[in-house]
Amino acid sequence: MLDGLVELIRTAVVRLPPDVTAALEAALAAEEEELAALQLRLMLENAARAEELGVPLCQDTGVPVFFLRGEWGEVEPLLAEAVRRATEQVPLRPCIVHPLSRENTGDNTGAHVPVVHRIPGGERSVSFMPKGAGSENCSAAAPLPPSAGAGEIAGFVADVVRRAGAKPCPPVVLGVGIGGTLEHAALLSKLALLLPLGTESEEPALAELERRILREVNSLGIGPMGFGGRCTCLGVRVLSAHCHTASLPVAVSLQCWAHRRATLVERDGSWEVVQP
Amino acid sequence: MRHLSLPAERASISSLRAGDVVKVSGRLVTARDRAHRRALELSSAPVELKSVYHCGPLVRRAGDGWEVLSAGPTTSARMEAYLEGLLERFGTTVIIGKGGFSEGALDVLRRYGCVYLSFTGGAGALAAAAVKRVVEVHWLELGIPEALWVLEVRDFGPLVVAMDARGGSVYARPASGQE
Repeated sequence: MLDGLVELIRTAVVRLPPDVTAALEAALAAEEEELAALQLRLMLENAARAEELGVPLCQDTGVPVFFLRGEWGEVEPLLAEAVRRATEQVPLRPCIVHPLSRENTGDNTGAHVPVVHRIPGGERSVSFMPKGAGSENCSAAAPLPPSAGAGEIAGFVADVVRRAGAKPCPPVVLGVGIGGTLEHAALLSKLALLLPLGTESEEPALAELERRILREVNSLGIGPMGFGGRCTCLGVRVLSAHCHTASLPVAVSLQCWAHRRATLVERDGSWEVVQP
Repeated sequence: MRHLSLPAERASISSLRAGDVVKVSGRLVTARDRAHRRALELSSAPVELKSVYHCGPLVRRAGDGWEVLSAGPTTSARMEAYLEGLLERFGTTVIIGKGGFSEGALDVLRRYGCVYLSFTGGAGALAAAAVKRVVEVHWLELGIPEALWVLEVRDFGPLVVAMDARGGSVYARPASGQE
C-alpha cells in the first residue's frame, strides 16, 4: 500500500492528466494571439519533457491533499509516511512551514498536513491533488445574499478570476461550491476540481451555471499567463448542497493550468494509479 | 529571438519592448519574499542581485553540490512590495518571474532602468533544462524554496518581455473591470 501511495504522488506531480493535456491542445488550436499561443505550446512542451524525464512538471509540488472514498480506518499515519517518502524519492520540494514561525518542516508534513478529506460511500479509492500556492492564493469564499441567483454567482466567480489576473497561471480550472455552510462550500469547490474536464453537471440548472461561468470568465480576455487571448479558463464544474433559507455560501477554488491529480483504485486485487 | 547576457547593462535592456521574446544566459539569483525582506533589512546580500529570478527551485543533493530538477517561476506580485527597495539598493536590471506586477510598478521599472521578463508559469522541467549548474546557495536556513540560489543558465527561455523599462506592458486589462 505504501509503495502504491508513493507511486500515486509521483504520477500526480510528474504526469499532466490526459484531460488537461487535451484541453490545452484544444485551446492552442483555437488561439490566434501569438504570445498566448507561445505560452500554451510551452506548457505542453514542459508537460512532455517532465513525463519523459520523470521529474515534477512544476517546482511547486504544493500542499499534499488526499481524498479518500469508502472505508479506510486510521490511515493518516500511512498517508503522512507516503508524503515523507515521496519528498525524498520523487523528489518533492519541501513546501510546508509553520504558519507563524515560517519554519520549514523539511518533509512536507506537519499539523493537519497532509490534508485528508473523507468522502463517505462508494468503492475504496485514494485521490491525490497537490495544491500549488499561486492559484490557491487567488481562491475565495463568501456568503452571497440568499436571493442571489445564477447571474450573481457567475458574476462573483468572474470577479474573483478578474482580480486574480495573471497570478494563478492561467488558463485556470475552476471548482465552484454553492450552498451548505462556508467550509462545506469550500470543500465542494475542491471536490469539483477532481471531476474530469469536458464533463458537466447532471443537474440542468447547475450545468447551465457552469456554461455561464465559463463564458463570462473567457470573455475577461486575461489569456494564457495574462497575455490576452481567447482562453482564460479550461473548464468549470459546480457542486452544490442545500443550505439555510437565509444564506448562500459560495466558494471558488482556482487551479493553475498544471491541474495535477491522480487516483489509486483497486483492480483485480491490486492497486493501480489512474488519471482522468 | 534576441539573446541577452547577464548581468545586463541598462543600455542593453533599454531597447527591449513589451512583447519581445528573448533568451538569457549568465547567472541568475533566485529570491522570494523572505530573501527580499532580509536583503532589504540588512541592506546587503551575500551575492550580487543584478539579475533576480522569482523562483523556489526543486533541488536534489548531488555529491557535494546540488542538482536542479524543476525551477519555474513563482508569482511576482508577492515581491512587488520590495521592488523599489531592491532596484534602489541593488541596481537590479533584470527580473524574471510570472504574473507580473501592478501597473504602478511600470513607473518604478522605468525610473531605475529594469526590465521584467515572464517565464511560463508551471514550466519547471523546461526551466531546469536551461540550468547548467548551481554555483552556490546562501541563506539556506530560510528553507530550500526561500534561499538565494545562484544558478548558471544558458539560453534560459523563451521569456516574454512583459513589462519593459519604458512604461510598456503586455498584460491584458481584463474587460468590464472596475478596479
